[in-house]
Amino acid sequence: MPEFRIPLGDVTNDIFDQLITVIAPVTNGISSSLETFLKWNEAFLLMWPPLLIVAVLGLLVWFFVDKKLSLFIVFSLIFMLGLNLWDQTMSTVGLVIAGTLLSLLFGIPLGILASQNDTTEKIISPILDLMQTMPSFVYLIPAVIFFGLGKVAALAAILIFALPPAIRLTNLGIRQVPAEMVEAASAFGSTRLQILKEVQLPLAMPTIMTGVNQCIMMSLSMSVIAAMIGAGGLGREVLTAMQTVDIGLGMEGGLGIVVVAIIMDRVSQKLARRSQKGEEIAGSGAGSK
Amino acid sequence: MLKIESKEIKNKIEIKNLYKIFGVYPERAVKLLQDNKNKDEILSGTKNVVGLNDVSLSIRSGETFVVMGLSGSGKSTLARCINRLIEPTSGEIYIDGENITAMSYKELLQVRRNKIGMVFQSFALFPHLNLLDNVAYGLKVQGVPVAKRHERAFHSLQGVGLSGWEKYYPEQLSGGMRQRVGLARALANDPGILLMDEAFSALDPLIRQDMQDELMNLQDKMNKTIVFITHDLNEALKLGDRIALMKDGEINQVGTPEEILVSPATEYVARFVEGVDKTKVFTAAHVMKRPQPLVYAKDGPRVALHKMKKAGISSIFVVGRGKKVQGLLYADQAAAALREGQDTVIPYLDIGYPKVAPETCISDMFDMMASANGPVAVTSPEDELLGIIVRGAIFAGLSGGESPYAGI
Ligand SMILES: Nc1ncnc2c1ncn2[C@@H]1O[C@H](COP(=O)(O)OP(=O)(O)OP(=O)(O)O)[C@@H](O)[C@H]1O
Ligand SMILES: [Mg+2]
Repeated sequence: MPEFRIPLGDVTNDIFDQLITVIAPVTNGISSSLETFLKWNEAFLLMWPPLLIVAVLGLLVWFFVDKKLSLFIVFSLIFMLGLNLWDQTMSTVGLVIAGTLLSLLFGIPLGILASQNDTTEKIISPILDLMQTMPSFVYLIPAVIFFGLGKVAALAAILIFALPPAIRLTNLGIRQVPAEMVEAASAFGSTRLQILKEVQLPLAMPTIMTGVNQCIMMSLSMSVIAAMIGAGGLGREVLTAMQTVDIGLGMEGGLGIVVVAIIMDRVSQKLARRSQKGEEIAGSGAGSK
Repeated sequence: MLKIESKEIKNKIEIKNLYKIFGVYPERAVKLLQDNKNKDEILSGTKNVVGLNDVSLSIRSGETFVVMGLSGSGKSTLARCINRLIEPTSGEIYIDGENITAMSYKELLQVRRNKIGMVFQSFALFPHLNLLDNVAYGLKVQGVPVAKRHERAFHSLQGVGLSGWEKYYPEQLSGGMRQRVGLARALANDPGILLMDEAFSALDPLIRQDMQDELMNLQDKMNKTIVFITHDLNEALKLGDRIALMKDGEINQVGTPEEILVSPATEYVARFVEGVDKTKVFTAAHVMKRPQPLVYAKDGPRVALHKMKKAGISSIFVVGRGKKVQGLLYADQAAAALREGQDTVIPYLDIGYPKVAPETCISDMFDMMASANGPVAVTSPEDELLGIIVRGAIFAGLSGGESPYAGI
């Protein structure tokens, strides 16, 4: 009796083979420019003496963000340096920065687009649902097929993962602006663009900043998973540790990831909150006059 | 030709056979309306909501035109059709003789920028902008340079008595002040028309009266064409040169306050103005004055006498914490306290002073007013002093210039 099997895997392979030959020039182009971008990014971070980066970051955070956080950053980064994990840390940070920037670059405009038009929202929304419900392992494979093993594929995976919150929260923030504000702006003769720029975006800013924060955290978590397709950085330490059952190495890499996560989360959250508070302070300053 | 022009200049806003249907097949609903079906039949038959049903109006230049009606009668819809925040289903609206229903979006923007200012019930100030920038908003979207628009916004704020508040933010203001800003914002670019949708409905009674008075004062100077929406009869009578009564999207009657009261055109109008005896319609809250000056419990007789002398009154209320009334102090009692070298006036207070709740009808206060020697206190259940009524004020309130039926 012949074994019956739906040949979905084979068909998929065929389709992808065809697809790749067709779009190879495109993906190659994208791939090489992204690679340049990533290399430049990482090289920039590794260009400076580690202690200089620690000092500058510490001072910036001390004066502009939060003193306690600054101390935490300085100590934990020196600790990473002591673990000999500096290069890996910078590699992860570079990838996260690149992933976040790209996600915001596409996500915020797409979010704005979705907020202006119900049809656009209806089209984008299920795609985002798909991107968010799909297990990340599933799209690591096509990422590799299109971009090969390495950081570019990792970046593509990050983009799929970190784009949805940027789009969603931008859209949400703008749609949450009270209708009466939009109506008032219209009543005074604002164009659509003026309403967006003068009223909707400023009032949506807190929500958009939450989106930025989420985008950063998503990028970080995917950059770790993407070690499996050659993302390098701290994720690779953990991966190697898993493959060789080296608990010590796993501990070090894991700790490094946690440190980076805490720093990025806290800094972006504090900055987001400050951008709101700045207004409040301006307001109450006038009030006490 | 000349004749038409002069007529158009006289009528600032001309509305002809205006329909607004909310729903999927508005044209079908308009047909049904023209076949004399009513709002409910159309709602149950077609699921369309009738917002406006064949509204025709002429609003004259410089008049305060009040649109009144119960909730859901289409007042807001009418106001928003005038600047096309709501797109009419059919009909025409002329502003200064120009058909704005036929205008392109670009032309419409110009009309909104130059000809119409709007004030909202919920104020709708921009929380992220200070007052100066709030008021300057309309000028900003027109591209007026920053120095110039700030200067004009400054004057506009000055006009509503908010000089010195330019750098404050809306959340730092009281409701009354916020609506002054709303008014200043609507007036900043000096539009000919002011749309005010229940502009004072969210305010406390006293503040509301102040704002009505202020609007009337401003209007004496500005001579705008004001379309004022309200569901408050007293407000309509006080402010309106003419009043339109709306029901189910239709205009039931248009007329001066006097005409509306004396000869209501429909049963609906009659019910609206039913038995309007001002002494029954007007309550203590309507005629009370701001209790100023006040003596505080900590003040001595010297302070009390000084305040009375300065205000030219012979008795004054003494209040404690939370404006809780302690009693009424007469000048001779305060003088006695001074003579006897006291540094408090508390023992000298008249604690049997007359007081009423804010919702008391004036007709129920006549006896009390007649026997009172000084002002009557309007107090909350917690004895907080909300306002005072002096004898003259009732009669002024009843027969004052705004009274539509002094002769009835
Ligand atoms: N966007 C909308 N969609 C559907 N129906 C609407 C819409 N806006 C208003 N309506 C309906 O049109 C009618 C008139 O509404 P409108 O808001 O003009 O009443 P109003 O006289 O201003 O009432 P209120 O005193 O409560 O403000 C109501 O029956 C309302 O339900
Ligand atoms: Mg309304």
